[in-house]
Amino acid sequence: MRRAARLCVAAMPPETDAAPLVLEQLTRRFKIGKRVVVALDAVSATTAPGLVIGLIGPDGAGKTTLMRLIAGLLRADSGNIRVFGTDVAADPLKVQGMIAYMPQRFGLYEDLSVQENLDLYADLQGVAPEARAARYAELLHMTGLAAFTTRLAGKLSGGMKQKLGLACTLIQPPRLLLLDEPTVGVDPVSRRELWAIVDHLVRGQGMSVLLSTAYLDEAERCDEVLLLHEGKLIGAGKPSQFTQAMAGRSFQVRAANISKRALQGALSRLPGVTDAIIQGEAVRMVLDAGINPGIVGESGQADAVITPVPPRFEDRFIDLLKAKAAAMAIEPAPSAKPPAAARAPAAQPGTEIEVSHLLKRFGDFCAVDDISFTVARGEIFGLLGANGAGKSTTFRMLCGLLPATSGSLQVGSFNLRTAAATARGRLGYMAQKFSLYGDLSVLQNLRFFSAAYGLTGAKRNARIDWALREFELAPMRDATSRDLPLGFKQRMALACALMHEPDVLFLDEPTSGVDPLARREFWQRINALADSGVTVLVTTHFMDEAEYCDRLVIMGQGKVLAEGTSESLKSACRDATHPDPSMEDAFVALIEADSARSAAQVRAA
Amino acid sequence: MLHRILALIIKEFLAILRDAKSRMVLIGPPLIQLVVFGYAASFDLNHVPFAVYDQDRSVAAQDLVAHFTGSPAFTEVASLKSDHEIKSLINSRQVEMVLVIDPRFSRDLLTGKAAPVQVIVDGRNSNTALLILGYANAVITAYSQRWAATHGLPSPPAQLDPRALFNPNLDSHWFIIPGIVALLTQVVTLLVVGLSVAREREAGTFDQILVTPMRPLDILLGKSIPGLIIGLAEGSVIILATVFWFKVPLHGGLAPLYLGLLLFVFSVTGIGLMISSLAATQQQALLGAFLFMVPSIILSGFATPISNMPVIVQDLTWINPMRYALVIIRRSFLEHPSFTSLLPQYLPMAALALVSLAAAGWLFRKRAV
Repeated sequence: MRRAARLCVAAMPPETDAAPLVLEQLTRRFKIGKRVVVALDAVSATTAPGLVIGLIGPDGAGKTTLMRLIAGLLRADSGNIRVFGTDVAADPLKVQGMIAYMPQRFGLYEDLSVQENLDLYADLQGVAPEARAARYAELLHMTGLAAFTTRLAGKLSGGMKQKLGLACTLIQPPRLLLLDEPTVGVDPVSRRELWAIVDHLVRGQGMSVLLSTAYLDEAERCDEVLLLHEGKLIGAGKPSQFTQAMAGRSFQVRAANISKRALQGALSRLPGVTDAIIQGEAVRMVLDAGINPGIVGESGQADAVITPVPPRFEDRFIDLLKAKAAAMAIEPAPSAKPPAAARAPAAQPGTEIEVSHLLKRFGDFCAVDDISFTVARGEIFGLLGANGAGKSTTFRMLCGLLPATSGSLQVGSFNLRTAAATARGRLGYMAQKFSLYGDLSVLQNLRFFSAAYGLTGAKRNARIDWALREFELAPMRDATSRDLPLGFKQRMALACALMHEPDVLFLDEPTSGVDPLARREFWQRINALADSGVTVLVTTHFMDEAEYCDRLVIMGQGKVLAEGTSESLKSACRDATHPDPSMEDAFVALIEADSARSAAQVRAA
Repeated sequence: MLHRILALIIKEFLAILRDAKSRMVLIGPPLIQLVVFGYAASFDLNHVPFAVYDQDRSVAAQDLVAHFTGSPAFTEVASLKSDHEIKSLINSRQVEMVLVIDPRFSRDLLTGKAAPVQVIVDGRNSNTALLILGYANAVITAYSQRWAATHGLPSPPAQLDPRALFNPNLDSHWFIIPGIVALLTQVVTLLVVGLSVAREREAGTFDQILVTPMRPLDILLGKSIPGLIIGLAEGSVIILATVFWFKVPLHGGLAPLYLGLLLFVFSVTGIGLMISSLAATQQQALLGAFLFMVPSIILSGFATPISNMPVIVQDLTWINPMRYALVIIRRSFLEHPSFTSLLPQYLPMAALALVSLAAAGWLFRKRAV
């Protein structure tokens, strides 16, 4: 009975009288350790049907909590949620019949094939056997998985897994689709395909979609945006409304006689500058409202070339965050002052890292396939690629954590696999997810890592004091580090990696999930380190972070697809359709060229 | 180098003591097991329910029954009128023994003939049945001697005069509780050491340590010393409880006991580190620890004597450190063992400690870097 009724509802055109989603003063708190976190703080919003609503914010903003509240998996402390007019708290089953929810890690059964996963979810959702064939065909066509129905889900690429997850979620067509960070860690090509599917669902089938993401550049693909930060809704509206507020405030600044990092540092210290970030060889600058770009002259760069550029969503986010920080009368971020150079600047130029013909096999699978590159001393070098491209494997081999199958790699004059333990004293390492001892306090972590790097006595105390001061950790020195907010964990991880003043710094996804202000502050420190002669090797899947690197390699399927500066990589793919390509355009072009090449090879063979 | 190891040890203690769950592992299971083994586990039988089928109904027969009911080992729960009641009582487990007194019992006794008494026991638990038979035998022997004495008959030609050395009352707690010292020391040391590396692998901090200038040996020492200290401390707490709470005498002194405990903790730490270096997750480490723990306890002589095991299994116990630890600890409690008499236990355990620590070091180096 219920099954038939639901199919009926799905087939009907969406009602327009009831909004897909109404949130009223929604509040939810969690207790993490001894800290009470307000995951959602009096959030109110109403969305229109048949649109893609973007739920945008960094990790810890409350996106997943909101999704789970809407899906009826959590209860709100106070406030109401209505889905198409039905209160979730009053009738969760009815709401769950109208929605479909795809969590961040969708529960695919990796040992079942694509078809078996679909069958399983069709059984769980009670799809009538006679309706299945048509539904499968439609979903497989939409997700491009038709050729892979017999493949095990575990053997699919990250992007394909995500698409299969989406297909399983959609097996019973919902009226409201909740997608929690569907594009995180997925390569840009698959990201575009996922967006095409979402667009098709909304435009073609009139579905309403709520999609959360931490990538600010995805905001511009949504019809409407809910901007969350630390549990509060700090903005809502069309993406164009966000960017229009910033019209005439974004510029690109180029100066011939000063390094890009020095220029960026000088600009970000100017009063009236909201934001200044490195973009290739230039600096992208956002000014406070009503400030004339002529103030660039005050930084001593009167002859700098200033070009207006279109505003981005992220500009507005930064603007809102800074305004909020100013309203609370606190220093927005300690990024304004450059960290004191801890060493004689500008070490001898030369090669610091050399990788040649590096190969790593796991059984039959070639994770890293004959790659070579070099990194100069004092350079910020990026390893870019989607999950599974081989960048983490390369990274672990460079740190000496994993043996190479063949090929050579040198850091300084050492091979870290065979070098004495003391050689490791020259490098600092910051792991993904800021791995520190969660049960230890901030100070205990610093004490441990300083001793682990062989610091003793007065020198050790001096470095601990330095870390507490420089990274502004002194107020929470006795706090248990597990309970700290993400931004502080990141700062602490960097402090621990720098205790012994390393010559080479390895950063594995150093900014994933932290908010844009913390990211800027982080890069400010990294820039200062590079200026003082530290070689920095960083992996990232944020395309825009590639712009901060002096040079980078883009990896795909274990191979180096391209190497160069971000400008050279971007200009290589400039054509009629992309007059001003972004890093992501360049990446997509490279991947597509690569798959075309391998397809041609298959045909030739 | 010492400085780094010290830092690692301090960190290890902080990580264990600041985490409520780790603290529980140190306090909870030992406490529960101490109570369970200390009070519940016993080989002694008390208040065995039994029924009497007295066909004689004489004073002499009543006197025999009184001998049984007067013993703390037996409690009379039924008196039968016919022999077909016997089966149903035993089947339904209402009684574990039935005492059948023959109609000619008093007549035979008075005429100086052998007077037959039948004892029927529930053989489904063979161990208990044997114990009951032993007790019943003792009661009947005591009765016969008294009858002989009071009726001026000659006593039986050969007489058993039992006297237990070391444990005069044959209190099985004196045997079991010292064994818990070894058992709990092993459980706690294995869990602390076995999980420590896996926990760091899960949190990603192990990579962080591996990229520091610390060498695998430093890490190995930094990981094993906290385990040693915690194992010894745990053992000491249980020794204190054994002596002062359960009142088991400690005759042999602390020196032989602690030498044995130290070697035991060393070898268990080595095994814990081997598990740790192989396991990628805490779940695997836990499984590994139990995979080792269960056979090691069964093959240690903790509950069942090793000499009763098949020869091939007996051979297997030679590589079980707990086997030696149990001998040392039990002897230290109840005897005055000399150092040389314990050497056959110390030496193999020291050898096992060396081998397991070396193997752990080798595995560690292989897996870690």
